[in-house]
Amino acid sequence: MTDMLEARSEPEAGATPHGSPAGAAQPESAPAPAAPARRTRGEKRADARGRKAARRAESAPQARAEVIDIDVEPHDPLLIFLQTAPGPLEIDALPTYSPAVARMKEQGVQMVVPLVTSGELVGILALGPRLSERTYSRGDKRLLDSLARYAAPALRLGQLMREQEKEARDRERIEQELHVAQLIQQQFLPAELPELGGWHVSAFYRPARTVGGDFYDIIELADGRVMVVTGDVTDKGVPAALVMASTYALLRSTADVVTSPGEVLRRVNELLIPQIPMNMFVTCLVLVIDLPTGRTQYANAGHNLPYLRRAGAVTQLEARGMPLGLMPGSEYDEHETVIEPGDIVLLYSDGITEQHDVHGEMFGFGRTRDLVAAATSGDELVDRSVEALGIFQAGVEQEDDITLVTLHRGRSGGYQDSVSFTVASEPGNEREVMDRVAAIAGDALPPDRLAALKTAVSETAMNAIEHGNRGDASLDVSVLVRRSAESITVEVGDYGRGRQREADIPDLDLKLAGLQTPRGWGLFLIEHLADRIEEFSDGDRHVVRLTMRTEEPEIETEGEER
Amino acid sequence: MSLEYDVTRRGTTAAIALRGRIDRDAGDHLDAAYAAAHGIDPQVVELDFSAVDYINSTGIALIVGLLARARAQKVGVRATGLTPHYQHIFEITRLSDFIEIVQPVGN
Repeated sequence: MTDMLEARSEPEAGATPHGSPAGAAQPESAPAPAAPARRTRGEKRADARGRKAARRAESAPQARAEVIDIDVEPHDPLLIFLQTAPGPLEIDALPTYSPAVARMKEQGVQMVVPLVTSGELVGILALGPRLSERTYSRGDKRLLDSLARYAAPALRLGQLMREQEKEARDRERIEQELHVAQLIQQQFLPAELPELGGWHVSAFYRPARTVGGDFYDIIELADGRVMVVTGDVTDKGVPAALVMASTYALLRSTADVVTSPGEVLRRVNELLIPQIPMNMFVTCLVLVIDLPTGRTQYANAGHNLPYLRRAGAVTQLEARGMPLGLMPGSEYDEHETVIEPGDIVLLYSDGITEQHDVHGEMFGFGRTRDLVAAATSGDELVDRSVEALGIFQAGVEQEDDITLVTLHRGRSGGYQDSVSFTVASEPGNEREVMDRVAAIAGDALPPDRLAALKTAVSETAMNAIEHGNRGDASLDVSVLVRRSAESITVEVGDYGRGRQREADIPDLDLKLAGLQTPRGWGLFLIEHLADRIEEFSDGDRHVVRLTMRTEEPEIETEGEER
Repeated sequence: MSLEYDVTRRGTTAAIALRGRIDRDAGDHLDAAYAAAHGIDPQVVELDFSAVDYINSTGIALIVGLLARARAQKVGVRATGLTPHYQHIFEITRLSDFIEIVQPVGN
């Protein structure tokens, strides 16, 4: 970077140049002070100098303050010339073939001072004629040279700071834009997984960067069936996110028209090809499930084959096809299976199977299959997969977006009981919520797990009363209890913005030492006592869903197969 | 009244038998119970939870406060009559690191 510092100046011969900076007024000479009665010899000499200066100023031409405005092109030979120049130079000593020199001459520049630091030309000081119309003396040049030596590093420092500030502003802007993109992308993913009578859906989505190219969707079709879609755009980050958004919209609009998985993929492929950039494509798996019977049609466009766990055995749902966006005219074979009561299906992106550990080994299909084999519920499969992957990739950054979706068909085929009620936001009503939930769930849970659910429900309801609804008795707390053979879920809704996070993780040592308030155990208890906690918005309500499995998860599984 | 109590002396132990709930309404009663027990000048205060049917997070905070006070006064704290559930809560909160958990006399 080279800065142009310009001024017309009038250095005092052999003294500090007091040229007027651009736009500054030339100081007027002060009248000679009245002579006091007794003065020293020094005072008399100073007085004489003052009078001389005043006379000179009066006789000098009227000061002119002008701005020299010259842009030096980055490739102007002047820059290379000045890089090694010995110091201040008369304009006539500069190369005449430089366009900048020609422009400087037009503007009356007489003296050019290169500002060089660490071998780099960081600025040019261009001076017009002295206002006294004298030429620049050797003393002036020495002074300007000395000034340049001090000014150049300071100027460079200023330039660096300006560059850094600009970079910081640019970074901040990009981060803000990415954050907005992330929020937009989150709108594409189902905010709340639907309760599908007798089925339970769990999902996990974590992009490798702020935004990602994986997606999943659950579409309730007009005929009552449900379409489950998972996909993965090649690449990651913003390009993948843009293609993901486009594919998502095409899938949604196509599902309004056709419900056959193979036909959905065929149509989306044709629509995507004109839009998708070269070298990008989308893998996608579409399942259409009839919930009451478990009858499932599915088709695959190059996506990972889903795993199916049935009675401890693990198989894959075979289906193959060309990824979307690669080849016009691609056809997608449709397959059919029945997902039986108790079955668990895992849909997943290659972000999990192709993740490497610190030794360069891939997580692979074997480990994924093992996790499926050991699963007792869809929720647990998601939780354990995320945990296992986290341990596996410790010390290594996430390489690709990760998506997991599980479909778990309940043995009972649906919720046996579903009870909802409300209580006013008054202190103590959390016990009413607890007792009513216990009455509904009582015989479905062993005593210790029922006690744990009661405390978790009581604490969640107390949070809803005290924090979510701020103790406003006119606002109710809604409670929905669902009971199936596999689990009890309790949804507690309020009008707040979210769970009240305790400021600190409760630490008994700190509390006993008086360094932490004795309170702050509510969320801790909920998290330690419920099997699963989810949060979501339902209209203007914030809902916390607690899930308690009716059976303790088994550590060992039967019939494990690799 | 959410919490009632009786304090009895058993050697160098002040036994506080608690009845009811330990929640936001129990603060004054628990303070009074501890003050009565401390008046006996015991080496150990024993909290009997056999007749306590509900302890919530605020109740845990009250017990933490009582424990802090007892430790400052060099008085040991013991708990008896906890259900397995509340014993579990004492364990996950680490109260059991500072409060000896014993079975009720006669068990």
